[in-house]
Amino acid sequence: MNLNHLTIKQASEGIRKKDFSVTELVSDCFCAIKEKDSEIHAYLEIFEESARADAKKRDEEISHHNDAELSSLPALFGIPLAIKDNILIEGSRATAGSKMLAHYHALYDATVIKKLKKQRAIFLGKTNMDEFAMGSSTENSAFGFSRNPHDLSRVPGGSSGGSAAAVAADMCIAALGSDTGGSIRQPASFCGIAGFKPTYGQVSRHGLIAMASSLDQIGPMAKTVEDAHILFEAIRGQDECDSTTIKELNYELGIKNQELRNLKIGVPKEYFSEGLDVDVKAVITEALEKAKRAGARIEEITLPHSRFALPAYYIIVPSEVSANMARFDGIRYGYSVSAANRHEQRTTLTDTNSKDTRRDAENLYDVYTKTRAQGFGTEVKRRIMLGTYALSAGYYDAYYVKAQKVRRLITQDFDNAFKNVDIIAGPTMPMLPFRFGERTENPLQMYLADVYTVAVNLAGLPAVSVPAGAVTRLGSKLPVGLQFIGSHGKDQKLLSIARQFEQLT
Amino acid sequence: MPITSRDVIHIAHLARIELTPEEEKKFTDDLSAILGFVEELNQVDTEHIEPMTGGTALENIMRKDQEREEDTNGKPQKLLEEAPETERGYVKVKAVFEYT
Repeated sequence: MNLNHLTIKQASEGIRKKDFSVTELVSDCFCAIKEKDSEIHAYLEIFEESARADAKKRDEEISHHNDAELSSLPALFGIPLAIKDNILIEGSRATAGSKMLAHYHALYDATVIKKLKKQRAIFLGKTNMDEFAMGSSTENSAFGFSRNPHDLSRVPGGSSGGSAAAVAADMCIAALGSDTGGSIRQPASFCGIAGFKPTYGQVSRHGLIAMASSLDQIGPMAKTVEDAHILFEAIRGQDECDSTTIKELNYELGIKNQELRNLKIGVPKEYFSEGLDVDVKAVITEALEKAKRAGARIEEITLPHSRFALPAYYIIVPSEVSANMARFDGIRYGYSVSAANRHEQRTTLTDTNSKDTRRDAENLYDVYTKTRAQGFGTEVKRRIMLGTYALSAGYYDAYYVKAQKVRRLITQDFDNAFKNVDIIAGPTMPMLPFRFGERTENPLQMYLADVYTVAVNLAGLPAVSVPAGAVTRLGSKLPVGLQFIGSHGKDQKLLSIARQFEQLT
Repeated sequence: MPITSRDVIHIAHLARIELTPEEEKKFTDDLSAILGFVEELNQVDTEHIEPMTGGTALENIMRKDQEREEDTNGKPQKLLEEAPETERGYVKVKAVFEYT
């Protein structure tokens, strides 16, 4: 077996037992990337030189270690990881999938990167994503889409589609993604891997390029829930650079083995109504049966405001987007029409709808409007426009405040449900991975892909997508993910339950 | 309530995005469709419900107001290198005020 197929757990055991070197592990990952990534296009950039140099350093570091020293190495020592391209690594490019940042180099490490560096993990490269994480298929990336390793004619999901595809195709051991309305869980489901969105505030957002700040959360994407748990442990924690991070949750310590026996699993009837693919439904139903046979109690519950989650999300998110995207003004960094001295950017930015006559900025207003016209893609512009409208005078109460009130009702639905159940389960996605172009024409069609994932972000809850089975369609075995939702701050309990479930499937 | 192309032109001005005529047409249709979809929210009774403004309980987080070496050491120069136009250590911007 090639070493790139290993999980974090297996790889770190192998390193400690000296079954293989970190150099060999990293080398096998790059072999896989070279073999497959011209087709899949999971990566926007690979760091082959620095990753190999780091691997060599790791091997030297442990060459004289005794057993005790080896076993006390940090969990991610020497583990090759892929990082979504909206997370900053000092000195490396961070494009967030946008032309706006095509030549932007990060000036500092995101807190999660600092933590991973401290554990001496290895970064293989940056992964593709929908522009500024706005999308559900990677088709909105300014640098071309990624393909689903299970069927190259289908999308890997999004927005963390590159990270999901890199994990699924064994082009890394694990990866980081970010999730604002499903961007970790959705591609995890489509690519047949585990993807975990932590409770809002568990993981620092410092150094994550913001999309919708009250919802964004970085999280792990991995081959197993156990691996996702290991990676989560490495990146979580309160951070003075992100004042929305929450304090250490002591009451959770000690939860390691959550038994499925007598566990109460709530299944929202709203998540099994119209719009759910019948084959997806069958896989999820069967998976829940397995949990039942293992002793869990399955109870139908109701989340009465479920169907309002998507409309509330698509007011709140564009509103926050319009504010966050205001920083891209062509003045301080990123693409600018006024950057006459930067020829590279002119030659790479030949947008179809920006003719040369539109390039020249006569005044400051032009710098703003032309920079943003040329630097942003269609979906980003659409969300900025929608958010600007929702926040503008006369509409603020009708749209934005109304959506925030509905957000509270959605949160209360979950609070009520968790009075009676330990965990909530349902499909991650209403459909199987779709084909390229199938949903790009009509933005609402694309938004509907997020129907089961957005409520979790609105309520700030932790949720994980776990592979539950597959459906064969036109000769391809397409993965189906089951979503477990935990109560606020109970990330450990959620992951522990999901790990037990993983053993069943 | 459908959005008109006049609305779209006004929003684009507020958002500082120059639109092509095709984009004006497309965004008029798209925004009308999306706003039609979110109209559903009006079915929800939200009387006496407090808006939920963020993802966490609002709590003051304090830290010392002091510079950190990692933010100062060589960073100003690097920040300037990211700017499209600079002059003598400043970011260069086109005139803010103009004669008319």
